[in-house]
Amino acid sequence: MILEQILNGIMLGMVYALIAVGYSLVFGILRLLNMAHGAIYAFGAHMALLIVSMNFGLPAAFVFAILTTGILSVAMDRIILAPLRAKNAPNITALISVMGVSYIIQNMLMIVFDSTKKTFPKLFDFGNVEIFGVTLTSTQISMFLIALAFLALLTFIVNFTKVGLAMRASRENPKAANMMGIDVRKIVTFTFFISGMCAAVAGVLVSGYYQMVYSTMGTEAGLKGFSAAVLGGIGMLHGSVIGGVIIGIAESLAVTFLGGSFRSATAYIVLFIVLLIRPSGLFGKDNVEKV
Amino acid sequence: MGKLTAAYDKFVDFLLKYKKIILPLFLMVLVLVPIVIPDQYVIRVLCLIGIYCMLTLSLNLIAGYMGQTSMGHAALYMMGAYFSGLLGSKFGWPFWITLIFGIIGGAIGGLILGLATMKLSASYLAVITLAFGEVMEAVVLNWTSVTNGPLGVRNIPRPNLFGWELTPTNGGFYWLMLVLVIVAVLVSKSVVESKFGRAVRAIKEDELAAKLMGVHTAAYKVKTIVLSGAMAGMAGAFYASMNRYIDAATFSFDISMTILCIVIFGGLGSIPGMIVGSTILIAFPEVLRSFADYRYVVYGLLLILMMRFRPQGLLGGLSRRPYKLPAGVVRPGEKTDGDEGKQVK
Repeated sequence: MILEQILNGIMLGMVYALIAVGYSLVFGILRLLNMAHGAIYAFGAHMALLIVSMNFGLPAAFVFAILTTGILSVAMDRIILAPLRAKNAPNITALISVMGVSYIIQNMLMIVFDSTKKTFPKLFDFGNVEIFGVTLTSTQISMFLIALAFLALLTFIVNFTKVGLAMRASRENPKAANMMGIDVRKIVTFTFFISGMCAAVAGVLVSGYYQMVYSTMGTEAGLKGFSAAVLGGIGMLHGSVIGGVIIGIAESLAVTFLGGSFRSATAYIVLFIVLLIRPSGLFGKDNVEKV
Repeated sequence: MGKLTAAYDKFVDFLLKYKKIILPLFLMVLVLVPIVIPDQYVIRVLCLIGIYCMLTLSLNLIAGYMGQTSMGHAALYMMGAYFSGLLGSKFGWPFWITLIFGIIGGAIGGLILGLATMKLSASYLAVITLAFGEVMEAVVLNWTSVTNGPLGVRNIPRPNLFGWELTPTNGGFYWLMLVLVIVAVLVSKSVVESKFGRAVRAIKEDELAAKLMGVHTAAYKVKTIVLSGAMAGMAGAFYASMNRYIDAATFSFDISMTILCIVIFGGLGSIPGMIVGSTILIAFPEVLRSFADYRYVVYGLLLILMMRFRPQGLLGGLSRRPYKLPAGVVRPGEKTDGDEGKQVK
């Protein structure tokens, strides 16, 4: 029973991790809480729905969702955030602008796709699989594997490629990175694309898991991914992954032992407790205040 | 764009200059509204604007003066509404007493939040307040024996003033709203212009420096959040009695975001900014009701454009009025008649 719930939690947690990574990447470089991430995630899910409803199949839907969502994310940065950075505006202006973007995306989705809940096909169906005496559905397995593959890809990009090196350098110190010949603007664009991609993949996976898509789906998922990112220490990739898994497990345990109405609150209770004990998150670096 | 903002600045300066005439006139117009326009819909929207004035003034204490962001302000609002609403609906207590309990409820919420966050700084405070908001919503939803869970609280009594029942139709609620908003403004003003306010603003400018100057930053943070909670609780109690029905879904994350957006839109740290901001951003979706679907899109655009072209908010930013110096102190380059070289004590 407990094992089953823990496995369920890990499966779902991987998706939260994917959303959390999107927050972390952007926060790492720009020190910006991207509050539009939830809406971007919903956008990804809707783009996939569009392709699926035209009978092009899931793989095509994945690719289309990733591309369009990535472009949307980059466009948001280019059109709205870049001018603010050029003006050296305080951080809070970017935060509010991003909230504005979130309103726009969410309500445009509501207008274009209407606000009802629409069904979404199951992810790849190949029957149930039994692990350690626990039955897992094929949807869960494929969700887990796809999320894992994307997280692995991301880790590879960030840690072992030239772009990744540039990303890490820009995170440490954008000015110094610029002087070393890194085009920080391109890196920021790339980061937003990757972040949008993560959101789109997570959006498609979750829609496949619950088999539905609706325009306000981003709010809750966004907040959860956000808590996962903060839980692990925002800006840290591995922290976000572990934070996501912890929240996934806590959630499925809470649903079993406390009842379904505690589903959404658990994430925040865990977050609350962790932050009280370790204010910078599980893996966050302690900020040393300089005079 | 530059011309437009310059004209706007001039307009604001003009208003500030004739404040003493314009303000009482404006108040008189406001008082007369329910007599001139006895339309229930208009009155309701105006009351909502009033509620948001209180809420934004309350968040302004934290965000505008202390420089911290709260993303769960709806939770404090909710605590005020539930404390007041439950006492009124279950025990039939009169509004004036439940209002006080609503204020206390909000203050308790503030105290919990304050104690939890006094050691944390900016971004993490935002996250903790967000988590607090969600947890409080879950508590209200699940503690069915007390809060009636998702069904909400019904039949919350209307205030009664010496046998005269205040309702939105007879304008009583509107006048009550005016009184409460004025109370909130006066409290904000007196806080800002006191030693307390200076200490809080010192925290905003530089927390470490404030600490070194002997400001007990943690204590001031908690006190400010408690005060802010009390003010949000007042708004909650008023809302509960106006709507006569409350449930957890009324006080969602969206409300917290709206409050934060209005505070920044109106201009951090500006009391008139809060009132103007609430009026515009709350009336806006109502005015655009015919474009119902598009109104939040326009709302989002408005926020983005605002941040792009006037990030300090409508009425925020540095005051251009000269700072009032104590009597006898001379500005450099300014001549006084005769008594040059006077020692300033």
